[in-house]
Amino acid sequence: MAEKILVTENVRLYYGEKEALHGINLDYRKYGITALIGPSGSGKSTYLRALNRMHDLTDYVTVTGTFLLNGEDIYAPNMDTVQLRKQIGMVFQQPMPFPFSIYDNVAFGLRTDGVKDKAILDEKVESSLKAAAIWDEVKDDLHKSALSLSGGQQQRISIARALATSPEILLLDEPTSALDPVSANLVENTLIQLREQYTMIIVTHSMSQASRISDRTAFFNQGKLIEVNDTKKMFLNPDQQMTQDYISGRFG
Amino acid sequence: MDEIQEALTKTSKATKKDRFGRSVSLLALILILAVVISIFWFVASKGLATFFKNHVSLWSFLTGTKWAPGQVDAHGKPLVGAAPMIVGSFLVTFLSALIATPFAVGTAVFMTEISPKRGAKILQPVTELLVGIPSVVYGFVGLTVVVPAMRHLFGGSGFGVLAGSMVLFVMILPTVTSMTVDTLRAVPKRYREAALALGATRWQMIYKVILRAATPGILTAIVFGMARAFGEALAVQMVVGNAALMPHNLMSPSATLTSILTQGIGNTVMGSLENNALWSLALILLLMSLVFNLVIRAIGKKGAM
Repeated sequence: MAEKILVTENVRLYYGEKEALHGINLDYRKYGITALIGPSGSGKSTYLRALNRMHDLTDYVTVTGTFLLNGEDIYAPNMDTVQLRKQIGMVFQQPMPFPFSIYDNVAFGLRTDGVKDKAILDEKVESSLKAAAIWDEVKDDLHKSALSLSGGQQQRISIARALATSPEILLLDEPTSALDPVSANLVENTLIQLREQYTMIIVTHSMSQASRISDRTAFFNQGKLIEVNDTKKMFLNPDQQMTQDYISGRFG
Repeated sequence: MDEIQEALTKTSKATKKDRFGRSVSLLALILILAVVISIFWFVASKGLATFFKNHVSLWSFLTGTKWAPGQVDAHGKPLVGAAPMIVGSFLVTFLSALIATPFAVGTAVFMTEISPKRGAKILQPVTELLVGIPSVVYGFVGLTVVVPAMRHLFGGSGFGVLAGSMVLFVMILPTVTSMTVDTLRAVPKRYREAALALGATRWQMIYKVILRAATPGILTAIVFGMARAFGEALAVQMVVGNAALMPHNLMSPSATLTSILTQGIGNTVMGSLENNALWSLALILLLMSLVFNLVIRAIGKKGAM
């Protein structure tokens, strides 16, 4: 059993008074893809955003529970969220390149870290774009606006941008749901290539996607974690009846 | 059967209403267009008379530094050099925009990014209030506060380009601020999230992403402010000194196109050279506001790409 890179215990989240996550226990081994599936409103995205403290941006959200990244408390008062978010990168549902050039987009995280050396930037931008499987498509137009690319390319730029700061964990919030099937497929292939080197947690609405790319799958429903299992077992022979019902499309 | 046919071939009530609405708005459009065209026509015909009727050369008008319509120089040519006013107008405009921009952007960032709640509660009404203050009040405050302050700080009379710029700076600040606020609010919230998720600090997010994404809008806001400053007459006239002389430093009393216009237009006879020369100044003002408009459009187009 590989070491645990991220441990979450008894995660509860409140929107004001209302409890939206009811005690989630879930931990992650190093490397590989964990897919979080479940119907809309099941809390999977909410849970994902708690992992890199994105809820800090919203006033009325309270998060409780234990979050340990390599044994360190993510929600410790002295935790530097800036450093945390360099370690736990995130890719959003909508491809969100900044309105700058491709190069500046990918170099963004490094520059905010204070990297100024052109050689290091060049090398990191290239390796990140290669890792995100988009280097060949954009290598001649690195100084073109990232907004001129197609949706699928933009999303892979977003992935490259997140990879540039060498995060240990990559959170992906429905990264392909805004893309057409061809682009989605390219992004999926990118993720599959990355799973040897990164720990990825992906929220997805597509069960076929979860079954194609993930090693482990967690099923959320109504703010509860119903079941977590190896993806193969989950889709062939889940432990819970509710999981079976969801996967076979009987609700959700 | 006939009833149905009749009902179908007759113009329906909705169509009539539609036609009525369309003609009303078309009429309004034609009216506005007529007003604009006649203003242009009027100002241009009067303003160009200086050159065609009074035979002042355009070059000497734009570059001459002596403004004394009614008097003639050694060659018998009228002394209508508008350069001091043109320079004065541009000086106060650019200076006030230069001072206003950092304040406006700073205030806007505070209102939208740093403290949106207090910003909306306190600063929003304050900026709106500033827009509504009549310019004569600004001029009066300039006269009683800014001019003496300038006198104490830099000596001289206190009247001059700098005093004019200070008053204009306060006047255009709310315009530039509120337009910058709108631009910053229009930057997608996702940019903020994406920047923070990449481990940017809040300040890095603001100046590396938000201000950069908002640059075309901020430029538009500044040009709007400049257009306002360029056209402002009363408040500037009260503090700028109104001496139609080429300003040789920021403290020297000078004049702007607008201040000479408001001063002189009532004291000249229609059709005379003195009067026509003032219309030429008005024509320059009009053309400049056109230029400002074109610049704003150009920026908007570039920003949309």
